[in-house]
Amino acid sequence: MSFWEYANPRRFMAFTDRVMGPAFVLAAVALSVGLVWGFFFTPDDFRQGSTVKIIYLHVPSAFMAINIWVMMLVTSLIWLIRRHHVSALAAKAAAPVGVTMTLIALMTGAIWGQPMWGTFWAWDPRLTSFLILFLFYLGYMALWSAIEDPDTAADLTSVLCLVGSVFAFLSRYAVNFWNQGLHQGASLSMDAEENISDVFWFPLLVCLAGFFFLFLALVLLRTRTEIRKRRAHAITLRERAA
Amino acid sequence: MRGLLIRDLRLAIRAGGGFGLALAFFLIVVILVPFGVGPSANVLAPIAPGILWLGALLACLLSLDRIFATDFEDGSLEFLATAPVPLEGVVAVKALAHWLTTGLPLTLAAPVFGIFLNLPGGGYGWLVASLALGTPALSMIGAFGAALTVGLKRGGLLLSLLVLPLYIPTLIFGADTVRRGVEGLDAGTPLILMAGITFGTLALLPFAGAAALRVNLR
Repeated sequence: MSFWEYANPRRFMAFTDRVMGPAFVLAAVALSVGLVWGFFFTPDDFRQGSTVKIIYLHVPSAFMAINIWVMMLVTSLIWLIRRHHVSALAAKAAAPVGVTMTLIALMTGAIWGQPMWGTFWAWDPRLTSFLILFLFYLGYMALWSAIEDPDTAADLTSVLCLVGSVFAFLSRYAVNFWNQGLHQGASLSMDAEENISDVFWFPLLVCLAGFFFLFLALVLLRTRTEIRKRRAHAITLRERAA
Repeated sequence: MRGLLIRDLRLAIRAGGGFGLALAFFLIVVILVPFGVGPSANVLAPIAPGILWLGALLACLLSLDRIFATDFEDGSLEFLATAPVPLEGVVAVKALAHWLTTGLPLTLAAPVFGIFLNLPGGGYGWLVASLALGTPALSMIGAFGAALTVGLKRGGLLLSLLVLPLYIPTLIFGADTVRRGVEGLDAGTPLILMAGITFGTLALLPFAGAAALRVNLR
């Protein structure tokens, strides 16, 4: 049984029908455990006070915002190379989730920045990169909605996603060059010495898992909706022809 | 290919508007800025590099949708696609024609507009150099955006939404080159980085643009 079997819409629907429910349950459990643990059972930071607790929303949403774009890049490539419709529809389904994650990261950052940095917004490289990522998501979604023919739309948005990825990457380093930052370094990295204290780390991991399962469940749900829309459209066309 | 370039240049010049319109738009943007922020040289001089680059970028954007739209409407794009030249070459030549009719005049006129904005003396050479190296990237990225949206009835606004985020790295390095030149710092680093972006886009985007055109002509 190969991974590509799921490119068949019927197989995909049958498989995701079994997976989607557990994904929603896992998301709900992980998010409620992680957020309650993080908000009520971790100590306040000695300098930041209780505002530090916004990282349980901010870090996972920022993490997902970037990785959803990477997932769209991979699914777009699969569509361009192997012409699997499910792949193109998954990319389409992921974009609104990604743009929401970007917005959550930007807004929680602003809410945290007001008491800590004394401003809602600063033209810091990380903040600016995220704003640019937000623009890329908007452009991608606008192109999907502007083109009527579904295959043309899938092709053109995939090409845009490829080119956009290169330029998003370039912008990320260009803004580093352009302005010095206020934002602290990475909270998560493989290098253990840089990481935050374990007290904050474990609930954060649970929240990350929760955001991931939420994303998985939402993308599966939206992809299934897109497939059903395709089927409904095909049936309408067939009936009109008959 | 050379014939296509000459044909495009002739069309741009004879159809009127295409050639001078971008320059006139650039002039108007530059003239409007002092009305917005005040005529004092202390205010104008520090923002002049950014305004000049932004003006050039917006003027470039103005004529992008015509790169492929007219040829798509009258069907000549389909002839070009079936002609014995690669479609990638057609995209590159179209971008070159766009640059010759907008980017090049903008580059040559920019020092004059710099005087209006009290651009300090050290910036003029860097302004011309950065525009000369940066505007080809604007035309090439724009040609890619135009190829993506050519089949749409009202693609103009969408084209700006798609293309402007792609312009960010070029704008950052371009304006920074001039700013550093004005302040007497080392302006070579951003200029070289920007040249890298330009050559990268020139090498890769004709393929992306041709792929988009093939989809739209299908």
